[in-house]
Amino acid sequence: MRFSTLLRHLREGSLSLARNGWMSFASISSIAISLFILGVFLLLSLNVNNLTKQLENQVQIRVFLDLEISQAKIEAIGRSIGALPEVSRIRFVPKAEGLEMLRRNLGEDGQGILDDYDDTNNPLPDTYTVEVVDPERIAEVAAKIQEIGDADPDKPIRSVRYGQGTVELLFRVTNAVRNIGLIIVLGLAFTATLLISNTIRLTIFARRREIGIMKLVGATNSFIRWPFFIEGALIGFIGSALTTALLLAAYNWLVQSLQVEFGLMMIRLVTVWESGLLVGGVLIGLGTAIGIFGSALSVRKHLKV
Amino acid sequence: MQDVWKTYPDGSHALRGVSVLIERNEFVYLVGPSGAGKSTFMKLIYREEVPTKGQISVNGFNIGKLKPRKIPYIRRNIGVVFQDFRLLPKMTVYENVAFAMEVIEAPKRMIRKRVMEVLELVGLKGKVNSLPAQLSGGEQQRVAIARAIVNNPAVIVADEPTGNLDPETSWGIMNLLEEINFRGATIVMATHNKEIVNTLRKRVIAIENGVIVRDEPRGEYGYEI
Repeated sequence: MRFSTLLRHLREGSLSLARNGWMSFASISSIAISLFILGVFLLLSLNVNNLTKQLENQVQIRVFLDLEISQAKIEAIGRSIGALPEVSRIRFVPKAEGLEMLRRNLGEDGQGILDDYDDTNNPLPDTYTVEVVDPERIAEVAAKIQEIGDADPDKPIRSVRYGQGTVELLFRVTNAVRNIGLIIVLGLAFTATLLISNTIRLTIFARRREIGIMKLVGATNSFIRWPFFIEGALIGFIGSALTTALLLAAYNWLVQSLQVEFGLMMIRLVTVWESGLLVGGVLIGLGTAIGIFGSALSVRKHLKV
Repeated sequence: MQDVWKTYPDGSHALRGVSVLIERNEFVYLVGPSGAGKSTFMKLIYREEVPTKGQISVNGFNIGKLKPRKIPYIRRNIGVVFQDFRLLPKMTVYENVAFAMEVIEAPKRMIRKRVMEVLELVGLKGKVNSLPAQLSGGEQQRVAIARAIVNNPAVIVADEPTGNLDPETSWGIMNLLEEINFRGATIVMATHNKEIVNTLRKRVIAIENGVIVRDEPRGEYGYEI
């Protein structure tokens, strides 16, 4: 193809966007609206994803040590646990700190209950708090830690707790939420694709005469196709860029105004800066691709004359 | 055209064994009742239809055996004019004509020059920037003819070019077609216009029921309307 022909196609593609004003408007709004809904769900599922990850990361293992073991043994156990590749962080919580934490957790109502206890008669054991690399494999890691204790003849580890049962349930819920989010997003993407390519098919159907005339004067199929390609790409790009701009602006406003409220609930929203590239990329990429493929497919049907 | 048959998928025979030779630079009227096969005859020439049987060559190319990929290239050597003009309504007169040259990837400067040339020939130089809807029927047909001849085709196929025009305008179009014929193009024109055929005497081929029933060098229309 000559360079001048490419220029001609570019010019012709953008010109016919303007010439077919209403049809272009219909296609662009169809893209914008479908992708907007998709974008809303995308942001929603990003946040849900983020939230579940936060929840999952709060899951930790507590290793209760035997009351009567030496300081050396405590340190040795700590080293063995820390050496496990699945463990990301380990923190020693001496019994005094444990008592303090318990007091705090009981709050004002339970103030009196623990008053009789101090460093001399502390009934609590020393503990290790262990965080794991992959929270989903927490049960496995807990079992390994238990094995470390069992291997020692003194049985220095009394018990290993990670909220058995509750944690498994949490993971089941978060995984379900994530999968449902993914299915909704995929379903919406599919619907958007159908909707948009249908609109584009209509606009091209309205121009089948034009295609017929082009063929009559001896235009090759690729010559006919190119301007439609470019037009489709422009329609897709404009529609999705509009949507992205609107969506991110609205989301940014939402995040800013809800920041304080959600912050108090210990929920951190995904910021525009973290999600913008992904959401924008998905929407604009999808929109442009649908624009191109939608028009390419529809033109193809009319080329077989 | 040699022993050409055309059967449509519904089983109707549009052409049944038509053989005819049209020489370079001839001007031929194609006459006959509606549905006799005139349009099919024309469509076979510009390869919108393929013969069911038989051979057609135009400018030395066997059209029936042409690969689909090659069709656009032979069409560039055939100009087609219709009763309903078939202009692109959203393009100006200039763009409608230039379009046919852009298709063959002619350089821009050449397009400009040649389009103005043919628009002058058809007498529409003053309306380059008008849209088809702003023109009269006769003017629109002139634009269509300008588009058909802009690439200097060897053959012009005109399917009832005066069908939608009043008598006076029709004569203007006929003068134009004669001028184009005089400049070297072969013209095949299907028509129902008795007055034109009987006044502007040319070769007349009459088709009825898919068969050539008459072929006279300086013939008459021969039908009562």
